[in-house]
Amino acid sequence: MAHHDSDAEHVTPLNVYLKIAGGLFALTFLTIIAHVFKQHYLGLAPYIAFAIAAAKAYLVMAYFMHLKYDTAGNRIIFATGFIGLALLFAICAIDIYTRVFQGSIL
Amino acid sequence: MGHHSSGKNYINEEPGLLSWFTSLDHKRIAILYFVSVMTFFLVGGIMALLLRLELFAPNTTANVGQVLKNGDVYNQVLTYHGAIMVFMVIIPGIPAILGNFFLPLQIGAKDVAFPRLNLASWYVLMLGATLAILTFFNSKIDTGWTFYTPYSIRTGSSVVMMVVAAFIMGMSSILTGLNFIVTVHKLRAPGMSMFRMPLFTWAIYSTAILQVLATPVLGITLLLLVMERTFGVGIFDPKLGGDPVLFQHFFWFYSHPAVYIMILPAMGVVSELITTYSKKTIFGYTAIAYSSIGIAAVSFFVWGHHMFVSGQSEVAGIIFSFLTMLVGVPTAIKMFNWLATLYKGSIQFSAPMLFALGFLFLFAIGGVTGIMLAVTAIDVHFHDTYFVVAHFHYVMVGGTLMAIMGGFFHWFPKMFGKMYNETTAIASWVFIFIGFNVTFFPQFILGAKGMPRRYFDYVLEYEQLNKISTMGSWLITIGFLIGLYTIIRGLTSGAKAPDNPWGAKTLEWQTSSPPIMHNFDHDPVVTAGPYEYK
Amino acid sequence: MSTSRLVNGVEVASHYRDEKHQYASNKEGIWLFMVTEILMFGGLFVGYILFHSLYPEMFAEGASFLDWKLGFINTLVLIFSSLTMALGIYFNQVGQPKKATWALAITILCGAIFMVIKYFEYTHKFHMGIFPGKFLDPAMMAEYGHTVQNSNLGLYFGFYFCMSGLHGLHVLIGMGLITWVMIKNIKGDFNPKYYTPIEGVGIFWHIVDLIWIFLFPLLYLVG
Repeated sequence: MAHHDSDAEHVTPLNVYLKIAGGLFALTFLTIIAHVFKQHYLGLAPYIAFAIAAAKAYLVMAYFMHLKYDTAGNRIIFATGFIGLALLFAICAIDIYTRVFQGSIL
Repeated sequence: MGHHSSGKNYINEEPGLLSWFTSLDHKRIAILYFVSVMTFFLVGGIMALLLRLELFAPNTTANVGQVLKNGDVYNQVLTYHGAIMVFMVIIPGIPAILGNFFLPLQIGAKDVAFPRLNLASWYVLMLGATLAILTFFNSKIDTGWTFYTPYSIRTGSSVVMMVVAAFIMGMSSILTGLNFIVTVHKLRAPGMSMFRMPLFTWAIYSTAILQVLATPVLGITLLLLVMERTFGVGIFDPKLGGDPVLFQHFFWFYSHPAVYIMILPAMGVVSELITTYSKKTIFGYTAIAYSSIGIAAVSFFVWGHHMFVSGQSEVAGIIFSFLTMLVGVPTAIKMFNWLATLYKGSIQFSAPMLFALGFLFLFAIGGVTGIMLAVTAIDVHFHDTYFVVAHFHYVMVGGTLMAIMGGFFHWFPKMFGKMYNETTAIASWVFIFIGFNVTFFPQFILGAKGMPRRYFDYVLEYEQLNKISTMGSWLITIGFLIGLYTIIRGLTSGAKAPDNPWGAKTLEWQTSSPPIMHNFDHDPVVTAGPYEYK
Repeated sequence: MSTSRLVNGVEVASHYRDEKHQYASNKEGIWLFMVTEILMFGGLFVGYILFHSLYPEMFAEGASFLDWKLGFINTLVLIFSSLTMALGIYFNQVGQPKKATWALAITILCGAIFMVIKYFEYTHKFHMGIFPGKFLDPAMMAEYGHTVQNSNLGLYFGFYFCMSGLHGLHVLIGMGLITWVMIKNIKGDFNPKYYTPIEGVGIFWHIVDLIWIFLFPLLYLVG
């Protein structure tokens, strides 16, 4: 009743929260199952673990943190953090890769 | 217009000295920053004079060259000079003083978005500064302001305290930046679109983005350094398989953008000065606005040019060398636009304008030598010589400090409601400008001849140029003293300032001098761009 | 400037037009702050990944000392606390502040459980001579039947203690913040139109959860 304006303050229904939490629990169990059977796909294990983690992160950000219903501006702001990190990682990785693994030191 | 009949303004509305320390008004907080940052500048400046005095003569000739007790003391003074000037003067300088005061005024806002946070930022800076200064009485630091590992892991017992201090001052910087971003996004007056904002505001806005995005990485780097020293975690310590070069990557991921935190606001000030004292619409408004954002963006890609001889890989060095030259593009865009603004303008050679022109001249030298240093082959020769020292002083002092001085004089009537004495202000400029070149130009030659930086002694052949350089530092001192005198005289016995003594067009000149507590009598409505002169 | 007035039943500072204007500004400020959190923690992640690629065997050895079951339980605890945190906001949005208080209290409790488990993990390691970096004690570890394979094993635990320690510190700060909004909530400071502090604290708490979502596989699983 008290919510006449839908743009700023979106109220997520209770059952959506419960579903999301259920999904997060399920994904956590999936992580463990993948971990227990990791002998079968050794090289892929880390990628599977992080793919699941990324899925969980999406659920938390989109629904618990309400980013899905937030303004585009705030989504962009939050994204810049991850872009900055990607940059820090990429350039440091270029250095480490060419320096240590290819042995090129000035 | 807009005269407040009651004679109340932000200075006299709340009585008592104590009210300044609890006031949430952005203009009062700016004055708090003004007083504290100028005090730090005095301390850092005295350190610089001591350094130059030590280098007046080589120690071998006679005792005359021996001002500081020994090399250790020299290294400590050098460290404090760098750390104070970087973290406590230039980084908070323009954004926290002029930005705080004029950003809300220029966009027609009543205050910054979070006034309480704004005051908190000042206290946080003071906390960090106090800690930093306390280390001076504990065991002095001799790492240089960069805290490079592994040396910083092993030397002096109060590195941890100093690093924590830098972390805290970083927090202050983040909070200020955050505040300004939200202010610009949310508090613009009706009609004040992003592309009607004055260029000073654009510059402070771009700076704020850097403050928020770059400083956290410095935060974690410094925290890891603290961990390294207290728990020996080994991440940056080669003894444990850690990588000291990674420290430099992390450090410069912040500290290179920090260089633009220092220079971008100065560019914003210069944009205001040049258009105001040419009485001409600024040339290429949009290009200047975008180039501020452009410089901010590019600054994240170039940090490795501080590390050409650090042992990073050749591939990384080459990539950084190319990327670094990109900085020249948006910077040159600004330079040419300023020059084009001057063209056929009604130029008025008042003190602020002279500082702005001084900026153009000195910053051009600083910028072009920067492009030289971006070339890896040249940098390998010049690295850690006085050439680099001269280069960054041309940018930071010749650029930023000139702009700070120009900005102070330009906005002095608005801030305090009094006029300053034009003659002494110009005298101040003459001494600072000439003294600066006398001090730092010889250092280019010294560096090219191979004199290494950070040493407290040198061989005989460098003596003449070092003498000239030291004498220049005295000229700069005289210049700043005259500047201080001008400000104090202006405050005590300056004539009453009109609302808009320079005939400027931006919003801060439409309110009374000094402004009233809530900035404007009536909420301004903006219908045109910021520099519609002719 | 400290004057404020009531607009639509919400205290609004005088430099904002109305309560929505104030809300949008506060929200943006909160998000900007969260970006700094991500970047700060992210620096550690970047370092971890780089060193992991340099010394994969050493990291595998280090991870073998961690008990993934404890990490797993802590993951479940944090996810549950994230749910209750979200409900703390939800119940305020729908005008049931009493339920919101309960949700917040459970969130704090979950944080406490997380920290207790962390405490046992830490003390167990100290007991075995596992310390960060140069303080790692191979002799003591040998007494417990572990022969250290890689001489720089301390580096792994340098990362382990820094990352989980900084995360733990954030859990404690988060618990403090939640306590603060819970007290405000009990005092009746919030209503369906005004609950910005809970929302801000909630976003902070979800970030804590978010970081753990990645820390768990990074530290415990990907050896």
